Amino acid sequence: MAHWIEPHPTGIYVRPADAWIDPSLPQERALVTHGHADHARGGHGHVWATRETLAIMALRYGTASGTAVDYGEEVRMGGVTIRYVPAGHVLGSAQIVLDHAGERVVVTGDYKRRPDPTCKAFEPVPCDIFVTEATFGLPVFRHPDTGSEMDRLLVALHANPDRCVLVGAYALGKAQRVICELRARGHRDPIYIHGAMERMCALYEDFGIDMGELRPATGVAAKDMRGHIIVSPPSALNDRWSRRLPDPITAMASGWMRVRQRARQKNVELPLVISDHADWDELTDTIREVAPTETWITHGREEALLHWCMTHQIRARALALVGREDEDEG
Amino acid sequence: MRAFSQLLDALVYTRSRNAKLGLIAAYMRAAPDPDRGWALAALTGNLDLKAVKSSAIGDMIRARTDPILYEMSRDYVGDLAETVALLWPKREDQPAELDDGSLSLSAVIDRLHGVSRAAAPDMLAQMMDHLDSSGRFALLKLATGGLRVGISARLAKTGFAQAFDLDVDDVEQVWHALSPPYAALFDWAEGRTARPDPEGTPYFRPFMLAHPLEADSVDLQDYAAEWKWDGIRIQIVGTGTETRLYSRAGDDISGSFPEIAEAFAGHAVLDGELLVRGDMQGGEAASFNALQQRLGRKSVTAKMMADYPAFVRLYDLLIEGDEDLRAMPWEQRRARLEAYMPQLSSDRFDISSVIDAPDFEALADIRAGARDAAIEGVMLKRRDSPYVAGRKAALWYKWKRDPLTADCVMMYAQRGHGKRSSFYSDYTFGCWTEDGELLPVGKAYSGFTDEELKWLDRFVRQNTVARFGPVREVEKTLVLEVAFDSIHDSKRHKSGLAMRFPRIARIRKDKPAAEADTVAGLKKLVS
Repeated sequence: MAHWIEPHPTGIYVRPADAWIDPSLPQERALVTHGHADHARGGHGHVWATRETLAIMALRYGTASGTAVDYGEEVRMGGVTIRYVPAGHVLGSAQIVLDHAGERVVVTGDYKRRPDPTCKAFEPVPCDIFVTEATFGLPVFRHPDTGSEMDRLLVALHANPDRCVLVGAYALGKAQRVICELRARGHRDPIYIHGAMERMCALYEDFGIDMGELRPATGVAAKDMRGHIIVSPPSALNDRWSRRLPDPITAMASGWMRVRQRARQKNVELPLVISDHADWDELTDTIREVAPTETWITHGREEALLHWCMTHQIRARALALVGREDEDEG
Repeated sequence: MRAFSQLLDALVYTRSRNAKLGLIAAYMRAAPDPDRGWALAALTGNLDLKAVKSSAIGDMIRARTDPILYEMSRDYVGDLAETVALLWPKREDQPAELDDGSLSLSAVIDRLHGVSRAAAPDMLAQMMDHLDSSGRFALLKLATGGLRVGISARLAKTGFAQAFDLDVDDVEQVWHALSPPYAALFDWAEGRTARPDPEGTPYFRPFMLAHPLEADSVDLQDYAAEWKWDGIRIQIVGTGTETRLYSRAGDDISGSFPEIAEAFAGHAVLDGELLVRGDMQGGEAASFNALQQRLGRKSVTAKMMADYPAFVRLYDLLIEGDEDLRAMPWEQRRARLEAYMPQLSSDRFDISSVIDAPDFEALADIRAGARDAAIEGVMLKRRDSPYVAGRKAALWYKWKRDPLTADCVMMYAQRGHGKRSSFYSDYTFGCWTEDGELLPVGKAYSGFTDEELKWLDRFVRQNTVARFGPVREVEKTLVLEVAFDSIHDSKRHKSGLAMRFPRIARIRKDKPAAEADTVAGLKKLVS
């Protein structure tokens, strides 16, 4: 079925539209689901994406020629009707819904089902072919309630007024979500951020996401950061950068933190299981909900999800896409 | 159960000893009885449930979930208890990540105590439904025996003592008179009753320790000299009916060396060095390397005991029968020890002899000439010194053999832990083979100053040639002068050598790497 859409190692090709979805090599015409580097690359001729994703790409790769597509807006391209539907992953993230020849294909990009104050919630779209991610495609991955994880962060902060809590969070999406969740729980103090996040946070604010008072962590005396939260990319947690901080409690916000050994390997003291990806239950519930004739699994622990589909009489196949899954993103 | 499982989680993620003590202390103050007593038993390894075998847990999860998904999960996670704890499918009416608070730690222990092996899996499954993933993990670890959260019994007792402003050695004294869940211990700690009476139980007494000798000499009129043996310091405590062996940290290691405990039936407390006999030394004490084969084992096989037979070289007699000798001068205790020796089996016990030297200079010569692999140096003990806990100035000195040194080339570096987690502070270094290749000969992570560490860290970052996970390979240009106490043959390393206590003595920025030492040269130092 749907011979008009072809999975390749470097992306998904939509033949009648002569366009690629999330291609990993530069292409003339690219449909991009969201701004993370393993989906949105630089160097394409023309990009169709949400306004937010285009802005993120412009920030990361400089200006590129692009067409902004609003959520719900229909774009016609070589006999294919294309719609961008919220995926709930990060600001501007979209599922791409393609209708052609009486068949509907939904490419999710990355997604999650639980609430995120920084982006629109995932909307399930019933379809014939459902192309899903499987980053956390093992039944050991069940993300706990976000609120309980944020509470643990605040408890640690208040119990250690002489220290600071350094939260490792991916610079696009996770960092802003953690900050907004803190604000939603009444945390009004300034939050210090690593230099690598400043521009992305400013971009979020331009799109109306209020994160309260953010201060650059650079150039601040250690004593002034005591009792405060500092957010940095995961790569900076154990790097020289963190030496200037006042005896930091190292936290990390990621779905991978569910596994003890993973957290220990990264020297994390306070693992926070907060993910921008669907956990096992969200993956399997979503497949049931959109009830596709066939499920394609793009990246992650596809074997287990493939097995689950088979045991639930759902036709499924794994696509071997290259260059996906930057672990920091979990 | 929730408070206990959260404590375990926190202990897993905490690296600093003080922070671990703080966590244990806070729990011991806050948790209700008898939960905290059971927790103390679990943390000190005194909880022996083993109601459930690992295989039964595997069967239990396979019956509840898709066996293939279980196998895939286990492959990914590694640890059985953690896999099952994360994977556990709760009943529909129970949220997956909620500990409903219906199970206290003591209720869990009571049930596991009373259950037969056959009925255990069902009961376990029932309890799993009321816990969150941390609780399930704790439950499975309790049920299968062994928490493995990286703390020793001594550390747990220290945390307990800290909670109630007690001296851990006072806790240690009464410990063996009590049993889980230690109601009498908490009663005493919180001032409700007098201290429990440890009489008749084999409890640990704090060791007397030595300062390094810094003076140029001491007067041998005042000080006696003994060899300092390179084994592990051990205390033998016998009540006449029961014998226990304690390490320097106060951990009970009787289980690791059953042949020693069995060979001692006396009613006394002795201080000595645990060593193993080596064939190479004609039945004399072997190097520390050989002893290492026996350390850290919960149980030992007959083969281990035959290949590495243990014995104790005695230093001191603290208590004989009901008589406490600790206040006596060392000379008198020594005489009592010598008189005590004949009743001990010579297979398992001998006495550390006093070095006969007319003056300090002669002693220095004897020390310099000592080539025995099991000698670490010389001890100097004031002839009138009582046996007192800890290090007291001017009573005992340790005078270690001068370290050996070698010029080695830094090959790899790895980041440290805790405060050093942003520094490349663990270095693997090598020496040259005849073919002009570098072979790793050791690893060191101490000996340098903070300034030197900063310099080394910068060197590693600027001279990285490859990365393997947390490890960086560096340009082979930097010579490190490495000091070590001794060097031994080892099958574990490609160079065939293993250093004892290697540390960085100097950074030899002046020396070209090609002029570093050779593996053949190091082999000549093997003792």
